[in-house]
Amino acid sequence: MPFKALKYGDDISTDLIIAGKYTKSLNVQDLAEHAMEDLDPDFKAKAKDGAVVVCGKYFGCGSSREQAPVALMAAGVKAVAAKSFARIFYRNAINIGLPLLECDTDGIDDGDILDFKAGDDFVLNVTKHARIPVRPMPEIMVRILDAGGVVPFLKKHGRF
Amino acid sequence: MPGSTLAEKILSTHAAKRARAGDIVVCTIDLVMGHDANGPMAIKAFENMGGKAVYDPDKVVFVLDHMAPAPYERAANLQALVTRFSEDQGTHCFGIGQGVCHQVLPEHGFAKPGTLILGSDSHTCTYGAFGAFATGAGATDIAAALFTGQNWFKVPETVRIELDGDLAPGSSAKDVILHVIGAIGADGGNYMSFEFYGPWLNRISQADHMTIANMVVEMGCKCGFICHANLGIAADPDAQYRDIIRFDLAKVEPGVAKPHTVDNYAPVSEVAGLPVQQGVIGSCTNGRIEDLRIAASILKGKQIAKGVRFLITPASRRVFLQAVEEGLVTTLIEAGAVFFTPGCGVCVGTHGGVPADGDTVIATTNRNFKGRMGNNKASIYLASPATVAASMLTGVITDPRTITQEVGDAL
Ligand code: SF4
Repeated sequence: MPFKALKYGDDISTDLIIAGKYTKSLNVQDLAEHAMEDLDPDFKAKAKDGAVVVCGKYFGCGSSREQAPVALMAAGVKAVAAKSFARIFYRNAINIGLPLLECDTDGIDDGDILDFKAGDDFVLNVTKHARIPVRPMPEIMVRILDAGGVVPFLKKHGRF
Repeated sequence: MPGSTLAEKILSTHAAKRARAGDIVVCTIDLVMGHDANGPMAIKAFENMGGKAVYDPDKVVFVLDHMAPAPYERAANLQALVTRFSEDQGTHCFGIGQGVCHQVLPEHGFAKPGTLILGSDSHTCTYGAFGAFATGAGATDIAAALFTGQNWFKVPETVRIELDGDLAPGSSAKDVILHVIGAIGADGGNYMSFEFYGPWLNRISQADHMTIANMVVEMGCKCGFICHANLGIAADPDAQYRDIIRFDLAKVEPGVAKPHTVDNYAPVSEVAGLPVQQGVIGSCTNGRIEDLRIAASILKGKQIAKGVRFLITPASRRVFLQAVEEGLVTTLIEAGAVFFTPGCGVCVGTHGGVPADGDTVIATTNRNFKGRMGNNKASIYLASPATVAASMLTGVITDPRTITQEVGDAL
């Protein structure tokens, strides 16, 4: 599915994705309200109809708050593309069924249209006519993502 | 076949098969920790999985620390949810005022060598000071562990950090780890395990071991181990390391992490003289009795500078009581400090102690990201307890070695 790229920089921390003061809710819409707001006050409007967040290295560094990928997904984000991800964010995103694209993001500009399928080993930059290789995920993560996250996965299989 | 690193060894025993760096293994978990910030989401995910009873209530600990006592109704309701779940399931639960999880668990004997611990908090790596493979996970991973007693792990590669020589007076374990993070970078250890070695580790306190282990996640590490003589577990002598990195402790000065990343290191001398509006001693990094003693030794019989706020959160009730008994609380309150309920306190901005726009804060905590303390227009410098206390005395960032000789001797 093609979506617009929203491009940000390196080392985006979970505090920037969603500040600690807003994480005290189990309602995902409350989280979506404040996703990325310290970084981009217009994020909510931009992501509403679906978008791919595109960043440099080490996206999602910092705390273990799962509210970070949950907030992004609830805000309309369909995938995150970055040169690298912080470990806990990576697991958390897959666990809730948010696809991640670990790839060279230098050639992607803000507003480019990206087309991808979760689990594929490439993403298409439709605007630039470029095919960007994506680093493959461990098999167990592919299975979890296919199931839609760990909750449906364990509901179905009962164990890892 | 070469021997095992500590990470490989512990994951092997919990996977019941040889686990080598790069492998993906499903492991049985010895202890699951959840707190009031991420625990509720884990409980909800557990229930959504179809969970009825946790796999072993004796291996589950909840701690209410991140917003304790509750500052508003949403927080109170989330804490009530955790308390109720814990009562229904018969798990361990430490309520408000008991302290920050990473202090409370070791104090109550939950951090043991060779065990595998999963916590809903990125600083769960602190238990590497006690020889546990301990790592932070998100709510759904915690739920999976509550549900199945297991989770899957990618076995990390390991880097050996060799700390040679000894520290000069005035420098502390916090200065060492800030220096190491500055050199290695905030993502220099992403996905890895770090094993720290060196004779100095046998001379310092358990509190110092915890300060170092606490901050390995600030380099992206999955876990870390402070390999002192009494750790209770050791890597094989022929284990394979990705890298060996050496540091000369004699060169470690009192340091700071400048805003807004933990690896933005500078010696204190470079930023000395910068006015601060708030000082913070506390958190799972540096809120222990040893840290309060240092602060009290610097501030005894003195007053903090006019216009600064000095906020202290003892890491646990035990620490608080000990500080009361030793007279440190009196000394520090007389000097102008304000005490908070043991727990996370000011560290994560969900509670009291939020700085104003444009404020500069100097703190013994472990993160200085924009917005960390609840205001993205404030700047946070991370430093040792001695540097924070010295800066409170003067109102500007101060190298603790520059204040009187007697204090220097006490450090
Ligand atoms: S004291 Fe700070 S870093 Fe430690 S667990 Fe609490 S919020 Fe996290």
